[in-house]
Amino acid sequence: MTAVPWIAVNVFRESIRDKVFYNLVAFAILLMGASYLIGQLTAGQDVKMIKDLGLAATSVFGLFIAIFIGIGLVSKEVERRSIYSLLAKPVDRYQIVLGKYAGLVLTIGVNVAIMTVALYAVLAYMQWALGVGSSEAPVLDPALLKALGLTFIELCLVTALALFFSTFSTPLLSAALTFGFFVAGRLSNDLRNFDDVMQSSAGGRVAQAVYWVLPHLEAFNVRAQVVHGQPVPVAYLAMTAAYGVLYIAALLVPAAVIFSRRDFK
Amino acid sequence: MLTAVAVGVLMAAAAGLQLVRERTAALSNQHEETLYLTSGKALRAITIGYAALAADVYWIRAIQHFGGKHVGRTSDFPLLYPLLDLTTTLDPHFSIAYRFGSIFLGEPSPGGAGRPDLAIALLQKGIREMPDKWEYVVDIGFVHYWWRHDFVEAAAWFERASHLPKAPSWLPSMAATTLARGGDRASSRRMWEALRESADNDWLRGSADRALMQLRALDEMDQLQQVVNRMAANGGAFRITGQVAQINGRVIVDPTGVPYEVDTAGRVHLGKQSTLAPLPTQAGSQNAPVS
Repeated sequence: MTAVPWIAVNVFRESIRDKVFYNLVAFAILLMGASYLIGQLTAGQDVKMIKDLGLAATSVFGLFIAIFIGIGLVSKEVERRSIYSLLAKPVDRYQIVLGKYAGLVLTIGVNVAIMTVALYAVLAYMQWALGVGSSEAPVLDPALLKALGLTFIELCLVTALALFFSTFSTPLLSAALTFGFFVAGRLSNDLRNFDDVMQSSAGGRVAQAVYWVLPHLEAFNVRAQVVHGQPVPVAYLAMTAAYGVLYIAALLVPAAVIFSRRDFK
Repeated sequence: MLTAVAVGVLMAAAAGLQLVRERTAALSNQHEETLYLTSGKALRAITIGYAALAADVYWIRAIQHFGGKHVGRTSDFPLLYPLLDLTTTLDPHFSIAYRFGSIFLGEPSPGGAGRPDLAIALLQKGIREMPDKWEYVVDIGFVHYWWRHDFVEAAAWFERASHLPKAPSWLPSMAATTLARGGDRASSRRMWEALRESADNDWLRGSADRALMQLRALDEMDQLQQVVNRMAANGGAFRITGQVAQINGRVIVDPTGVPYEVDTAGRVHLGKQSTLAPLPTQAGSQNAPVS
């Protein structure tokens, strides 16, 4: 297993070389620009909007990294034929999959951590320099970390999806499938009550089955609750995080199996 | 270096051309503001989990719609309710949107949309989402009181609000006063002061401040009218200088600092520049509960 961290660090270094972290500059400009403009547009809702914007941007930027880097983790190695030199080393194939995954999760983790610091910095600036406040939740609310933590786990899940698809399909198709699953996962709650509106009972059962198979990504979205100062119990956080970990494992196991059986000749 | 200069020159040329086109060949920009998506549920699905951010966008649009029409002196706000409805469907806990709607949907033209029914509908939507939010219940009472002049209904809503958790202690007495003396200037003032105290943003506070200044102006105009009448009866120690009310050389100004005017018939009214017009009792206004 010592190969896994080694591969992960290399993936992280590669993402730095690929200038993935340039998105942080865009994030910083977006937040700083918004903190200046929003005060003049929103009739006193500055803090809510900066929180909404910061949390949503963390998710969206992370999503782009998860999908577009995730789908290339395996396929790029194959295209560049560097996979052969990797396979020639005393490394198991499943270790390559896990290492690649861990590397991208590390990249996303660092990204989310820096964005979190930037969001708190902008909120601190708004509180102390501009004197804005909020009646719903504290400006520098520690509960924001709950939303950011679940966003990170959601991004890890999307990364696992992208990696899973990339082990057996082309990059373009992998991106389409991952994005499709992401959208379906965000809307999966609607499937639960489909049998109430469908005339066919078989159709309703299929919808129910799809509901249980799709990742429930909306469960990771507690941004609105946190911004409005509503409680997000620790039990909810723990169960949602555990669900995410299980789902990620359920994706990485077949990804490793498929990759192990794949013929690269 | 050469590339940078070339890019700079080309960008400057493009911007210059744009400026010339805007000045000389601008297309007509008159078009109706349109809402392309009117279903909050559909919009919620489309936003795939970023509904709160979309609510912020619709909130900004509602403010722009209202503010833009105000600046343009247009008193028609056809999109105000749909925009606030979308905002609150996308983010059902967007408190300011309900409270903003309660004031500016209910207020008659030119200050608002003149639709107290929609103001109440929006607040009732808020109560469905947050049944313990006493502020929304008070706001419905306020709409009945101020814009519908239905003091019995208003008192019933204040009474209902008083039973909710965290409701302020003054609500039961306000319900009783409204029922007993609904419509007088003192209870109107109390109402606006209560709204101002519970306001959590500058727009609502500003609206309450303006209403309180209007009530103060009405009191001052009554006093001034008495002075004018007395002076006129005593042979005219009072004088009119370019219609500006002056007593003993002192210009009498309204709460915004604009001098009151006295017409040739000796009637006191607000100066033409005053932003407090129209006052609740003036013709054309439906804000008539003050006596």
